[in-house]
Amino acid sequence: MELELTEEQTAFVETVRKFLAAECSIPTVRNLEHEPDGFDRSVWRRSAELGWTSLLVSEADGGGSLSEHGLADLALVAEELGRCVGPGPLVPTNVVAGAVSRHGSPALKAGVLPGLLDGSTIAAWCGPAPVAATASGGGGLVLDGTCALVEAGAQADHLLVTFSLDGHLRQAVVAADAPGVTVTPLAGLDLVRRFASVSLSGVAVATDAVLGPPEEDATAAVEHQWGQAVALQSVESAGAMDHVLAMTIEYLGDRYSFGRPLSSYQALKHRVADQKMWLEASHGIAGAAVRAVAADAPNAAELASAAAWWIGPRATELVQDCIQLHGGIGVTWEHDLHLYLRRVTVNRATYGTPEVHAERIATQLLGAAL
Amino acid sequence: MSASNGAAPAESVDEFRARARAWLAEAMPPIGDGWNDRSDDRRERERDLQRRLWDGGFAGICFPAEYGGLGLPLEYQRAFTEESSGYDMPFSLNVPTLGILAATLVDFGTHEQKARHLPAILRGEELWVQFLSEPSGGSDLAGCLTRADRDGDVFVLNGSKIWSSGAAGADYAMCLARTNWDVPKHRGLTMFILKIHQPGVVVEQIRQVDGSLEFCQEFFDDVAVPVADVVGAVDDGWTVATRLLTHERMAVGGGSPYTSGRSIGHDAGGVDTTVIDLAREAGTTDDTHVRQLVAEAHIRQLVAGQLVRRVTQGMRTGAMPPPAGSLMKLFGATNVMRRMEIGLEVAGSGVAAWPADATTAAGDHGVHSLWRQGVSLGGGSNEIQRNIISERLLGMPREHAADRELPYREVRRSGGPR
Repeated sequence: MELELTEEQTAFVETVRKFLAAECSIPTVRNLEHEPDGFDRSVWRRSAELGWTSLLVSEADGGGSLSEHGLADLALVAEELGRCVGPGPLVPTNVVAGAVSRHGSPALKAGVLPGLLDGSTIAAWCGPAPVAATASGGGGLVLDGTCALVEAGAQADHLLVTFSLDGHLRQAVVAADAPGVTVTPLAGLDLVRRFASVSLSGVAVATDAVLGPPEEDATAAVEHQWGQAVALQSVESAGAMDHVLAMTIEYLGDRYSFGRPLSSYQALKHRVADQKMWLEASHGIAGAAVRAVAADAPNAAELASAAAWWIGPRATELVQDCIQLHGGIGVTWEHDLHLYLRRVTVNRATYGTPEVHAERIATQLLGAAL
Repeated sequence: MSASNGAAPAESVDEFRARARAWLAEAMPPIGDGWNDRSDDRRERERDLQRRLWDGGFAGICFPAEYGGLGLPLEYQRAFTEESSGYDMPFSLNVPTLGILAATLVDFGTHEQKARHLPAILRGEELWVQFLSEPSGGSDLAGCLTRADRDGDVFVLNGSKIWSSGAAGADYAMCLARTNWDVPKHRGLTMFILKIHQPGVVVEQIRQVDGSLEFCQEFFDDVAVPVADVVGAVDDGWTVATRLLTHERMAVGGGSPYTSGRSIGHDAGGVDTTVIDLAREAGTTDDTHVRQLVAEAHIRQLVAGQLVRRVTQGMRTGAMPPPAGSLMKLFGATNVMRRMEIGLEVAGSGVAAWPADATTAAGDHGVHSLWRQGVSLGGGSNEIQRNIISERLLGMPREHAADRELPYREVRRSGGPR
C-alpha cells in the first residue's frame, strides 16, 4: 500500500476492510469454491454500492474517485482483496467500465454503465490480442476469433473485445448473449476466480458499440487497459504476499523446536529478511505502476511490465517459501496458505506472463527481435 | 534526520530546476571518460567540481543554510540530480564524505565542529572517510580494539583501522575508539574527528582484486586528538556510529538527501546500459534468452529505484524505522550480484581474453565482476543487513551474543585464550 494516503483514502480502506472481514472471510471464500460464479452477486452489488466499480468512471457518467486518480483508489481495494484472497470480478469489471466511460458512445454508456455501477451486471475484458473484423452493410462490423483466457468471461453480461480492422486496433462491447458468442468456462487454479474462453463467430457489432471515433486507433487505449489490469493485479499479489509474510512471522514466533522459537534461528531469520525485501520492493514497483498508468505517463507500460515481471515470480516464491517455513501443515488443504498460493500463481500467469512482459521491455531497449 | 530547516523555500521546485538547468549548461563540463577513475588526478578534479557547485550556489542543497548549505527539501535535490545527468559531477564525494560523514556531523556535531567543517566540505576542501572496521573483524563493529586514553585536553589514540575506502587521499576521518574498558562493549566507545595526515598516523594502501587501491589500513601511534574533536558524548560513540551506519545505508542505497548527482554508470535516462552494451558487442540482441536477461537487468534497476523511493518515504514519514535502510542496502547488493551474473552470461567468452590493443565491454565486465562481493561486504555485509531486517524491522529474536553484558576487558577475542 502507498505509505501516504489522503484522509478520504484512509477512511475508504477502513470501509473496505470492514466489508471484506464481514462478507469475504476465508470460510466464505472456501464455500464459494463450488459455486459456478465464484462470487455472491448480492455481495457484489453491495460492494458496488461502496463504490468499488465507480472509481474509473467519470463523474459525468455516474462514477467518481476519491483522489485525483481513481486507479490509485481502486488499488486500495485490490490490495485488501489480495490480503483476504477475496472473490469478485474487480479487475475486468472496472477496466471495462473505465474504458466505456472514457471512449464509449452515449448509447453504449447508457446501456452498459448503470448496471456495472450498481453491481447488477458484470463485464469481462477480453484482452489486448485482436480478433478479426470485417465491415458489414450499414456501417456495422462482424467479429470472428477466439479470446483464450478471459477473467469472469462466463459471469459477464458485457464483453470488451479488441479487434483489428484495416491494420488498426479497435474495440467494441459485445453482449455476452449475442448470437455467435460462445463462452466456455474453464477449470482453474484459484478457488473463486473464474476464467473462460470466448469465441466469436460472425458476431454482428453495431456502430455505437465501437469505442472511440471511427478514425481513431485504439492501441493507446488497449495499452492503458492492459496497464490497469497489470497494475491492479500486481497490487493484489503484493497484498497477498504481505498477509502471508505477516502470518508466517507470527507462526515462527509461536512455534518451538529444540526448546527455541523457530524465529530465533538465523537461517530462518535471513530467509524472512529476504522475503521482507522482496515484499517492500513489490509494494514499491506496484505503486509506481499504479501511479504511472493512472497518469498516462510515458513510462506507464514500462513500469507495468516491470511490476508484472518482478512481482509474479517473487510472489510465488515468497508464498512457497512461507509454506516451507510452516512445515507439513503448509501443504494441507486445511491450511489457508494454498488459497494465497493459488491466487499469486494465477496472477503470475494472467495479463501477460513474466516472459511476455520481459520481451516488451526488451523491445523497448533493443528494438523488435528479427 | 530532517534534511531541511523548515522555512518555506522562496523558489518553487520548477523554478529551481530551471535555474539549475541553465547554470549546469554554463558551468559544468559534460561527463567524459574517466569519471569513475580512482586516480589522484580524478580526486583533485572532483574537489574542483565541488568548488564549482559551491561558487554557483548549488552545493549542499539539503544541508543547513547556517553551515553553508541551501536548507532546501529533498525535492530540490532530486530535481538538481535529474538535471545534472550528463554532466561531470563530484560523484565520489557523495559517498562517504557528503552522504555519510557530513550527514552524521549535521546530526551530532557541535556548532563549532559544524561551522569549521561543513562549509569546507561543501567547498571541496575536505574529503572525509570513516575509520570503523578493524583487522580483528568488520561485522562486530562495537568490538573495536583501537583505544583512546584521556590525557588532559587530549585523547591519545593507539591501534589500527582497515577497509577505509579512499583514506590515502582524504583529509579527515570519523574514528571509533574504545575509551572505557570497564563497561559492556557498546557503552565504552567514543567517536572522534581525526585529521588523517599528521604525525603518528600511517596510511597504507591495499591492492584490491581488480587492481585498484581504494582500500587502506591505518596505524595510530600515540596520536593526540583534542577533546573538542569528540563527536557526540564521550562513551556514547555507539549512538553516533549507529546513525552513521543508517546514513551509510541510505547513501549507498541511493536514498540520501545529502548526495548530489548519480554516482554509478548511467545514461542520460538514469539507466545502466552495461548489459545492453554486452549484448550488442556479442551480437546477440535477437537471441530470445539474451533479451530476457537484458530486460531483467533493466527491470531490476527500476525496482531498486522504487524500493529506495518507498523506504526513504517510509523513513521520512515515520512509517518505517531507521533500520529499514538495510532493505535498500541489501537490495542494492543482491541486485549487483545478479546483474554481474547476467553480465557474465551475456558477455560469454569475451570475459576471458580480449585483443591486447582494445578495450571491450566484455573484458571490462570480467574485471568488474571480480569485485562483485565488495558491494555485499562494504557498509555492513549482507548477513549483517539480514540480521538487522529480521531483528530490528520485523522484531524477531536477536542473535545470542556472549559479550553483550560483560565489561569489555573480560570479553574473549580472536587469538586470545579460549
